[in-house]
Amino acid sequence: MKHVIIGNSAAAIGCVEGIRRQSRRDEIVLIASEAHHSYSRPLISYYLAGRTDLQRIKYRPDSFYKENNVTAMLGETVTALDPAKKTAVLQTGKSIGYDKLLVATGSSPVVFPAEGLEQVAHLRTFTTLEDALYLEQAVRPQSRVLIIGAGLIGLKCAEGLLGRAASVTVVDLAPRVLSSILSAKPAAIMQEHLRQHGIRFCLGTSAAKFYRYRDAYHAQLQDGETIAFDHLIYAAGVRANSSLVKEAGGETNRGIVVDAFSRTSLPDIYAAGDCTESLDVSSGERKVMALLPNAYLQGEAAGQHMAAAGGSPRSFSEAIPMNAIGFFGKHILSAGTYPSGEEIEVFEEEDGEGGYRCFYFNKAENRLAGYILIEHPVCAGIYTALVRERTPLTAEQFARLRENPGLIAFSPEVRAAVLRKKEAQA
Amino acid sequence: MKKIFVQEEWCLGCRLCEYYCANANLGNGDMAKTLKGKKIHPCIRVEDDGRISFAVACRHCEEPLCKKGCITGAISVVDGVVRIDQNKCVGCYTCILSCPYGAVVPSEFGVVQKCELCLQNTGGTPSCAAHCPNQAILFTDEEVPA
Ligand SMILES: Cc1cc2nc3c(=O)[nH]c(=O)nc-3n(C[C@H](O)[C@H](O)[C@H](O)COP(=O)(O)OP(=O)(O)OC[C@H]3O[C@@H](n4cnc5c(N)ncnc54)[C@H](O)[C@@H]3O)c2cc1C
Repeated sequence: MKHVIIGNSAAAIGCVEGIRRQSRRDEIVLIASEAHHSYSRPLISYYLAGRTDLQRIKYRPDSFYKENNVTAMLGETVTALDPAKKTAVLQTGKSIGYDKLLVATGSSPVVFPAEGLEQVAHLRTFTTLEDALYLEQAVRPQSRVLIIGAGLIGLKCAEGLLGRAASVTVVDLAPRVLSSILSAKPAAIMQEHLRQHGIRFCLGTSAAKFYRYRDAYHAQLQDGETIAFDHLIYAAGVRANSSLVKEAGGETNRGIVVDAFSRTSLPDIYAAGDCTESLDVSSGERKVMALLPNAYLQGEAAGQHMAAAGGSPRSFSEAIPMNAIGFFGKHILSAGTYPSGEEIEVFEEEDGEGGYRCFYFNKAENRLAGYILIEHPVCAGIYTALVRERTPLTAEQFARLRENPGLIAFSPEVRAAVLRKKEAQA
Repeated sequence: MKKIFVQEEWCLGCRLCEYYCANANLGNGDMAKTLKGKKIHPCIRVEDDGRISFAVACRHCEEPLCKKGCITGAISVVDGVVRIDQNKCVGCYTCILSCPYGAVVPSEFGVVQKCELCLQNTGGTPSCAAHCPNQAILFTDEEVPA
């Protein structure tokens, strides 16, 4: 059996490890545009901040491809798939045959057109190690950095660059930071924390036009303010790289549509990670959940299914949005969804020391739908499991868990399954 | 492979396991000198509601969500033991977010820590089990009947 994997990041590596759990012998060819050894994409901002280096940023050891008997074709781009002939076509024109194929092409940053944007020579997005290496050279202590986008990537970039630049300003159309993962109050707590560390914000507005005047670039904001800058970083969102599957006739929406085994609508073609759209079990909706743990798990499930004769009993049906992210030492942990409505009870509290906890409890279904914690990380995974497993909870159990996350809120049988068995079964 | 198993009916709630764990992580010196009057940072946690008590430490899962979700690749499984490379870890807390048992915790040195069966300090004899006065914590090959 010959497996071809397109990509070399979390989903692709998960697939290699999933295949190898089933079979030591199957052939694996891995093709990726980026010429680097597999690296941790989220660490590119840590690299700029000096908190990792080019060796430690590697997602797997140097020996990974050799140990897993993988033929790695790094620096090669796949331009088309031919599901009838079962080949992947490279930019060089070469075709590579496969029995099973995984598309783990991730996502690409989007840059929306704006007047004068084409004149900004120092425009960069921030999603690759090359971007970090470029910024490491380009941004000088006297540089003024302007970042478009106050989401996860924009703020991570701001944190990474703050110590290298004269100033960092973040602009976003949304009225608050991290609007995709935080509600208003925790967003305000994080914004204030970031502001105290020296990041400047212009929220609820956008850059209407860009122009060059004297030695500097300028952004004129919708609200009238003008900001002079030397480097522009565009972090306003990413889009799933779904075109290979779409052009081959496969079903795509906002991402490549996959089932619980990570299969696309095309025979023997799987997809995993940021390029896909899958079921969020915490809300029952299909969405792109562009986060590393999901990418790995989805890739691993795909690999196990690809290599197992007759399909693996394992599937990946338990994806939920979940995120742990810290800025200047302050951590946010969140999972699930934050619905509103009559059946939702919201428990929100601040601890007066910059910490915050919020729970969204679905009274109709007696389960935790989602949570947001700022600080207070201990045992957060117990809440994540409640969200993912949709564990039924009595009001009393939930009250105990809210006060004190622990296994003690569960029955002795549940605890025994965790603490007395070889393979914990919670 | 030997793992830690916990029998809650034998747990006294004395929390000696927490102290022995914290002390083992600090080099196993004189416990009174090392820990007296300090906030301790054990990898094992006693849960106690006044009626029942028991200790919880890493289960070294066969499907470890902490390892699978680790954004840096700092968590690996070595001979069945889930281990963290402190040099690679950046302390993002994705493992804390992922562990269904609350067995990964922030470490006093900035990143995260979890039970590694004392491989990194006493050479593989978990101090919590060795010093549990009532054998509520066992380090064995066998599962403990419920
Ligand atoms: C700055 C930043 C911070 C982040 N922080 C976090 C965080 O804290 N927590 C978290 O969970 N997630 C975070 N993420 C998101 C996380 O990085 C992604 O979810 C994860 O990398 C997705 O992995 P993937 O394998 O699906 O795709 P990607 O990592 O995007 O990798 C795609 C791979 O496909 C290759 N490729 C693409 N097209 C082709 C082609 N046509 N031919 C050949 N190869 C191709 C690329 O070279 C690359 O190797 C962050 C992302 C960024 C940019």
